[in-house]
Amino acid sequence: MKYYKNKPISSSEITPSYLFYARRKFMQLAGGATLAAIMPSTVWANDKLSASQNVTYNLKDELTPYKDVTSYNNFYEFGTSKEDPAKNAKGLKTRPWSIVVDGEVKKPKTFDIEELLKMAPLEERIYRFRCVEAWSMVIPWIGFPLNELIKQVEPTGNAKFVEFISLHDQEQMPGQKSSVLEWPYREGLRIDEAMHPLTLLTMGLYGELLPNQNGAPVRVVVPWKYGFKSPKSIVRIRFTESQPVSSWMQAGPNEYGFYSNVNPDIDHARWSQAKERRIGEFFKRKTLLLNGYAEEVAQLYAGTDINSYF
Amino acid sequence: MLSYMRAQISIAIFDKMSFKNLSDKVIARVKIIVFLLAFMPLDKLLLYAYLNNLGANPIEKITRVTGYWALFFLLITLAITPIRRLTKWLWVMRLRRMLGLFAFFYGFLHFLTYLILDQFFDCEAILKDIIKRPYITIGFFAFVLMIPLAITSTDSLIRRLGGKRWRFLHRLVYLTAIAGVIHYWWLVKKDLTEPIIFAVVLTTLLGVRVFYGLKSIYKV
Repeated sequence: MKYYKNKPISSSEITPSYLFYARRKFMQLAGGATLAAIMPSTVWANDKLSASQNVTYNLKDELTPYKDVTSYNNFYEFGTSKEDPAKNAKGLKTRPWSIVVDGEVKKPKTFDIEELLKMAPLEERIYRFRCVEAWSMVIPWIGFPLNELIKQVEPTGNAKFVEFISLHDQEQMPGQKSSVLEWPYREGLRIDEAMHPLTLLTMGLYGELLPNQNGAPVRVVVPWKYGFKSPKSIVRIRFTESQPVSSWMQAGPNEYGFYSNVNPDIDHARWSQAKERRIGEFFKRKTLLLNGYAEEVAQLYAGTDINSYF
Repeated sequence: MLSYMRAQISIAIFDKMSFKNLSDKVIARVKIIVFLLAFMPLDKLLLYAYLNNLGANPIEKITRVTGYWALFFLLITLAITPIRRLTKWLWVMRLRRMLGLFAFFYGFLHFLTYLILDQFFDCEAILKDIIKRPYITIGFFAFVLMIPLAITSTDSLIRRLGGKRWRFLHRLVYLTAIAGVIHYWWLVKKDLTEPIIFAVVLTTLLGVRVFYGLKSIYKV
């Protein structure tokens, strides 16, 4: 029998690491370019999402770092600790994806995610985000006003409220094996709140498609309400005549109301809402009425005491 | 550390000593091991703080970790007497004081985190919290009750108080543990898994005492 002995690789044969990585980089670029060429109509490639900066909603506060925005999340579908979603949301399949829009509308329709991405010009908007747990962030979202979608389906005169229903799939969302909330996650807005130009149908953040843990592929962001009023991974939008009951209202009727507007004067049943800790800051800052959007949205609640909306 | 522990345990076994009593020398070593182990949660916290790895909300993380370990050591301390009764290992009693002091130590760090990092000495906000927020009220109560127990833990004070009075005073630990678990239960937003585990363990540990208490009364 003959034995072959492996000849040691001489150092001259070893590809220098810069070339090795340059090739990898080239392949990635080539791959991206090919993809872009095959699908010229998509606005996203390699998870990047292009959008123009909205000049009005362009908060000058320092942005919360991308790492914190994508690793400190309340998304009970993937577990109840803040680190869980980033760990457990990798298995969420965001393509294909569609949203059923029905209920009190003249033109019910199912929208494919690709269609949604092209429905209206994408804008980047920098919003404050205030969690009911008294912490907050500043996030550059990408999307367009939800009213663009609402106009297409033509709500009837009976449509007084809008209900949002998130994905219900234990396989993809392991947190749903626990009954910590009633699944699927449901949230709702009054129709005028949903039509308000600040209410953003959101597909991205920080210049890219929404990471799974932030509610991919599509969510709603309502910046003047506590974070749980901004539902994630939406599969259905339903227009109703009566006020929908959200998952959090079911979980704690005396702690989470339908309106849940950010309000420093109305405390949570167990803790104060007067101040908040902005992620990345040491000192707490004062919480602003309607999260600083009072000028834009106060007219929605005109005529009544804002504190009467729970 | 683990290999050292194993070595100590095998020394105990191969010296053909029964587990009922360990020699002073072995006890001293076991104490050192427990002492070092009990600092590990703090070590980890300090290391992560140094590595800037405490996550997006470090203050919340520190509050949670110190509170968790305060409760953990409270329950471990309360487990000592039942363990002695079940196993007849008398020596475990000699670890109790140290474990109790670690419960106080982590409780104190938890309180300091709230006082300094969370509220930054905002006395008005703290006072409001203590009066208005039941979970803070009861947590503060649990902490305050631990103070006299920590102070009277020295040999000389035990002697000065006398065994009977000392034991009576130290029954406050039951109140502290109950208040501590309620504190955790009340502050959780929705997921009660961990508070439930603590509550079940505490109920068991107190139940064992009720059981032995009744047994001695009725001399069954």
